Amino acid sequence: MTDSKKLIDIIQKISTQIQMDKDFLTELDNVIGDGDHGINMARGFKEVEKKLSDFSNKDIGSILKAVGMALVSPVGGASGPLYGTAFMRAGAAIGAKNEMDGNDFLKAMDAAIEGIKMRGKSHEGEKTMLDALIPAYNAMKKSYEENNDFKAAISKGVEAAEKGVEYTKTIIATKGRASYLGERSIGHQDPGATSSCLMLKVIQSSL
Amino acid sequence: MVGIVIVSHSEKLAQGVAELAGMMASEAPVVAAGGLDDGTLGTSFEKIVKAVDSVYSDDGVIILMDMGSAVMTAEMVIESMPDRKIKMVDCPLVEGAVVAAIASSSNESMEDIIQAAQESASEKKL
Ligand SMILES: Nc1ncnc2c1ncn2[C@@H]1O[C@H](COP(=O)(O)OP(=O)(O)OP(=O)(O)O)[C@@H](O)[C@H]1O
Ligand SMILES: [Mg+2]
Repeated sequence: MTDSKKLIDIIQKISTQIQMDKDFLTELDNVIGDGDHGINMARGFKEVEKKLSDFSNKDIGSILKAVGMALVSPVGGASGPLYGTAFMRAGAAIGAKNEMDGNDFLKAMDAAIEGIKMRGKSHEGEKTMLDALIPAYNAMKKSYEENNDFKAAISKGVEAAEKGVEYTKTIIATKGRASYLGERSIGHQDPGATSSCLMLKVIQSSL
Repeated sequence: MVGIVIVSHSEKLAQGVAELAGMMASEAPVVAAGGLDDGTLGTSFEKIVKAVDSVYSDDGVIILMDMGSAVMTAEMVIESMPDRKIKMVDCPLVEGAVVAAIASSSNESMEDIIQAAQESASEKKL
């Protein structure tokens, strides 16, 4: 599916996308949060970009761990420790490999989701990034098991993540800042689910 | 004495809580880790690390924090220092800090301070 070089390229593209959607993500967070998700994510990935040139001789696990570590410090909001933990766990799950296949990707994504659940003390249905990531993972796993085709699987994943983002509009937030709004959070999509979906879309279009 | 680190999204709030806690326990090692480096709202991993370092001793350090990323970032700081005696306390920030500072300045153990700070959650004001 990808080697270290391609992975670095994907991370660069994710960063570019996040910078492009900075205002959009911040706008979403303005409605049900504190209006900083885009700013936080853009700041985090700027820091990641600075490290990209050090990554060229590294294995996939080390690159993902370094991305996670770079995200924790500068972000300043919940998405820092959450995505930071996610990337670090993904890196630990893959280990010192220079090539990653579909099964490796799924293993890493599963570890990332478990990391977010642990860090956020959260689960599916609470109007968070998990509502995009968990359905995406399930759809990808099913598709990959059936067809052994990663491109097909990531398409299914993106579809499920988009549905997940839509689903966040219908539910009350019970985790994160939006939970202070209670029922008033209904009708608005979750910024973190949106940024997760964006990242999956970049992976899809990069392959 | 057990060190006390106050973590808040707001630099001013963290400083204010540390100031208030020091009022009745001026010797207590209470330090603020609030806001981001540029003074905006948020939680900073580096600021928390520096704060912990500045009050750390073998007696240990407790971290009192506000919500959301303050909790998650403090947790990650603790994970990054596996050989140290550091714990987060689930308590009201102001009351917990005041109680903890007094207990720390009386040389109470980390366990006793944590318990006292947690108990401040059930003190009724009205
Ligand atoms: N406990 C949690 N578990 C999973 N995801 C969470 C949790 N808390 C927040 N999130 C996700 O993080 C997103 C918000 O990220 P953002 O960068 O805006 O942090 P924040 O909420 O402003 O942080 P802070 O806790 O500092 O207020 C939410 O949209 C949600 O998807
Ligand atoms: Mg926010």
